[in-house]
Amino acid sequence: MNLILIAVISLGAIGLVSAVILYAASKKFAVYEDPRIAQVAEVLPQANCGGCGYPGCSGFAAACVKAGSLEGKLCPVGGQPTMEKVADILGLKAEVSEPKVAVVRCNGTCANRPKLTQYDGVRSCVVAHSTYGGETGCFFGCLGCGDCVSACQFDAIHMNPETGLPEVDETKCTACGACAKACPRNIIEIRPKGKNNRRVYVQCVNKDKGAVARKACTAACIGCGKCVKVCPFEAITLENNLAYIDPAKCKSCRKCEMECPQGAIIAINFPPRKAKQETENPQTMANQPEVEPLKQQIK
Amino acid sequence: MTLLSIVMANKLIISLSPHIHSGDSVQKNMYGVLIALIPALLVSFFAFGLGALIVTLTSVAACLFFEWAITKYILKREQTTIMDGSAALTGVLLAFNLPSNLPVWIIIIGALVAIGVGKMTFGGLGCNPFNPALIGRVFLLISFPVQMTSWPQAGQWGAYLDAETGATPLALMKQAIKTGDASVLSDLPSSLSLLIGIPDSCQMGAGCLGEISAGALLLGLIYMLWKKIISWHIPVSILATVFVFSGLMHLANPVYASPIQQLFTGGLMLGAIFMATDYVTSPMSHKGMIIYGIAIGFLTVVIRTFGAYPEGMSFAILIMNAFTPLINTYCKPKRYGEVLKK
Amino acid sequence: MKTFKIGGVHPAENKLSAGKAIETLALPRQAVFPLSQHIGAPATPLVKKGDTVKAGTKIAEAGGFVSAPIYSSVSGKVNKIDTVIDASGYRKPAIYIDVEGDEWEESIDRSTTLIKECDLTPEEIVARIKEAGIVGMGGACFPTHVKLTPPPGCKAECIIVNAVECEPYLTADHRLMLEKPDEILVGVSILMKAAKVNRAYIAIENNKPDAIRLLSDKAANYPGIEVVPLKVKYPQGGEKQLIDAVISRQVPAPPALPINVGAIVQNVGTVYAVYEAVQKHKPLFERIVTVTGKSLKNPSNFLTRMGTPMSQLIEAAGGLPEDTGKVIGGGPMMGKALMNTDVPICKGSSGVLLMNEKEAKRTAPQPCIRCAKCVSVCPMGLEPYLLATSSARGDWERVEHEMIMSCIECGSCQFTCPSHRPILDNIRLGKGKVGAIIRARNTKK
Repeated sequence: MNLILIAVISLGAIGLVSAVILYAASKKFAVYEDPRIAQVAEVLPQANCGGCGYPGCSGFAAACVKAGSLEGKLCPVGGQPTMEKVADILGLKAEVSEPKVAVVRCNGTCANRPKLTQYDGVRSCVVAHSTYGGETGCFFGCLGCGDCVSACQFDAIHMNPETGLPEVDETKCTACGACAKACPRNIIEIRPKGKNNRRVYVQCVNKDKGAVARKACTAACIGCGKCVKVCPFEAITLENNLAYIDPAKCKSCRKCEMECPQGAIIAINFPPRKAKQETENPQTMANQPEVEPLKQQIK
Repeated sequence: MTLLSIVMANKLIISLSPHIHSGDSVQKNMYGVLIALIPALLVSFFAFGLGALIVTLTSVAACLFFEWAITKYILKREQTTIMDGSAALTGVLLAFNLPSNLPVWIIIIGALVAIGVGKMTFGGLGCNPFNPALIGRVFLLISFPVQMTSWPQAGQWGAYLDAETGATPLALMKQAIKTGDASVLSDLPSSLSLLIGIPDSCQMGAGCLGEISAGALLLGLIYMLWKKIISWHIPVSILATVFVFSGLMHLANPVYASPIQQLFTGGLMLGAIFMATDYVTSPMSHKGMIIYGIAIGFLTVVIRTFGAYPEGMSFAILIMNAFTPLINTYCKPKRYGEVLKK
Repeated sequence: MKTFKIGGVHPAENKLSAGKAIETLALPRQAVFPLSQHIGAPATPLVKKGDTVKAGTKIAEAGGFVSAPIYSSVSGKVNKIDTVIDASGYRKPAIYIDVEGDEWEESIDRSTTLIKECDLTPEEIVARIKEAGIVGMGGACFPTHVKLTPPPGCKAECIIVNAVECEPYLTADHRLMLEKPDEILVGVSILMKAAKVNRAYIAIENNKPDAIRLLSDKAANYPGIEVVPLKVKYPQGGEKQLIDAVISRQVPAPPALPINVGAIVQNVGTVYAVYEAVQKHKPLFERIVTVTGKSLKNPSNFLTRMGTPMSQLIEAAGGLPEDTGKVIGGGPMMGKALMNTDVPICKGSSGVLLMNEKEAKRTAPQPCIRCAKCVSVCPMGLEPYLLATSSARGDWERVEHEMIMSCIECGSCQFTCPSHRPILDNIRLGKGKVGAIIRARNTKK
């Protein structure tokens, strides 16, 4: 009986003392945190991908609460719905943002781009890029080691073994930009998805002169400038022998796609063209304009 | 142009330098250690006969089987790693730590723990924090203390499970300490017979397979140093520490066995030469290796003298295995140019 | 025998062409001069399409202080200024010259008589070296005049001539020493004068006893020059290892330079180029190149004009063997694998090494068994296994803390790794990233 009493009293005393210490410590060392940060963090996807430009979701939440406005802030993973939820919590207005997606700007498939050498180093694009120009004659295009695949946290990008190129799964891609950052050659671009998911872009990043680029890859942009001339909206610029379509100006008219002699401009998710137009399309035109880029070079 | 066309035909290989390799390989190192173990293996066959053969074969076969089965069916890797020699090495080392009259089923359990728990759970070769063979041995020692501490005497050729058992030299040493009677130590075999492994009176040569002959183990050490499989730092620092520390104790009180006897008995040589030098679980820098070796030597003598078990080598190594990452963090190799840094 | 203190490996020497006297290679039909053959800013072209040039005509001007001019090695017409795939594996701007005849600039003294006396001031010597476009010819291609201009607060105490040639296969420096010993010694005297020092060491690895003997005998006539035989061990010819071996001093971690411990290290080929530039008014447009390989019919040493495509050297040495798997510019430990055999010979091309497919293919890596062999062979006292795994993981802070920038990329770790792990590939990756981080940090300050 005595033994039990001693045990109860001593344990109780220890408990009491500890409780007092804990209480004092929690008061003394308490750090005030805006409760809204936790609330905001809760509606975020918790992928911690860094696509918003902040260190993880809690960092983004803290930044949203602190800034007092949601201007220029977007969670690319959650997109518009998530930002609206955040706006509700903070009593602010969400900015209207355009949904975006990652696009691979290289069409150097095994068929288009013959291999000249054999890379035998570490299977990492960054290492391969620092080693040399790559297995093919194109020193700008995809190296095919899959750094973008391992960077993706959403299982949205995969290597296609047939083409040797990565392919983006649009339904899974959150446009967080991790793949674009991982690519040592800046081949992957985060572009607006476009109306009805329809978009037009140059599927090449080769900056070599036309003849060199064409020799390396049959689908390379040769910098002939035909697309620039044909574009009614001045959306296409030509720099360093490479065309670029500004998504903000592009109206998806697809004139450039038909004009491109190399088939380097592609338009996706469009309904098939009418039969009449298709006959003018790529094969007949592919061989014809070879003279022109050469002329340009000589100039 | 013909030149160019040849190059185009067989594509040139591109990789970063260096473009040549020493030709060294994991297999060469593992089989090198196995070769270094041959003298000790032969002595153990000579001393324990059939029992030694059964224990060794069972242990090696079981280790190889578990390695193969786990990589294939649990880890689902395409390549099995049984050919790299590491599993066979674990098998031989485990067998060296077992008495020669151990039943087959216990050996198989030991192999399963060594390979399954000690190695594959951490991801296989190169990832295990503890020496797998020692994990197996210590597991058996704790689970089956009776079977694991009844040592058959040497010289019974045809005996296996029915072998007569006797006291090991280490048990005698422990007895001397417990009773405080130094005269017990005079029953120990002579240092020479411990070195060779064939006891003069066939009375005291009891023990594990691998700890019977210090001389054969030393031959293995010389081979491994010659082939540059290991560096001298770990074995030498362990042996020197044991020698100095137990020598001091012996001088202070003759109840403690002499340093020569300490060095040549039990698994000390085996542990210092083959177990503590395990690549995966030992430190990376020479400084770290020496600290690791000194600590193992010290702990071994402490456990032998003051602990409950007569032998402390396996525990000392396992304890220091746990400290290896810490040693690696704090013991850096001597950097070039550091001398001038102020 | 002197040697460096930490680490080192012993690759098979394979000096196949050591007994072959230097032959002069025929002129190429077209010579190609990449504009960046050196560390630092690329040179700016001075010629345009259609211009006529002679051997020794300056065709490109230095693009800054750390840069070097480029001279034509042939006479002929400028065909175009375009790009060429050089040893870096990328297309770089280059000047193409179609060869017509072999006319040299009149100012160049083409006689073979030895000119010992040099009564130029140190400043004039450095200016002449700078004007001649001389860069380190051991492979690093660091402009020589920069090395001879110590930064404020540093004083040179001695010149160390790097005649170690520790790379397996290469014999260009060895042959040069045997055939031009007097010129080299005069070159060393000139460098001593330029750097205002009175001591110089010529460091030679002990596997070249004939060169050691010849130079020791002749050096007796030149005050202050001493020949130092060194133990055969790779990377004995690494700049930092060499300083440690010869004068027992260690260069602190980067950004410290050899000059901080009073040493200027120059390759023996550079010394010969200095002699020719100062005494014979000949700018750098020729060099000795070893063409070698186990399956090559006739491994040789060629005196080659810059800009010659490597295919021509290979042809002269017996043609490209059918089983060729790899063409390496430089030695097997630090050379670069080339994309094709049309890469032109540059100032830093010490050799062309052909490897058959079996030799060239890497063995598939196995897991790291933590054997610590890479740690014990690292001549910089680093932990390559740790740097490689942390780099592969992207832990840049950790690798910077572990002194990744001290790595000299000698390749000893990967050479010795029993698991055949691509250690150096990953360390290079980490070095590149950490270097960029440090540069960004410095510019911010």
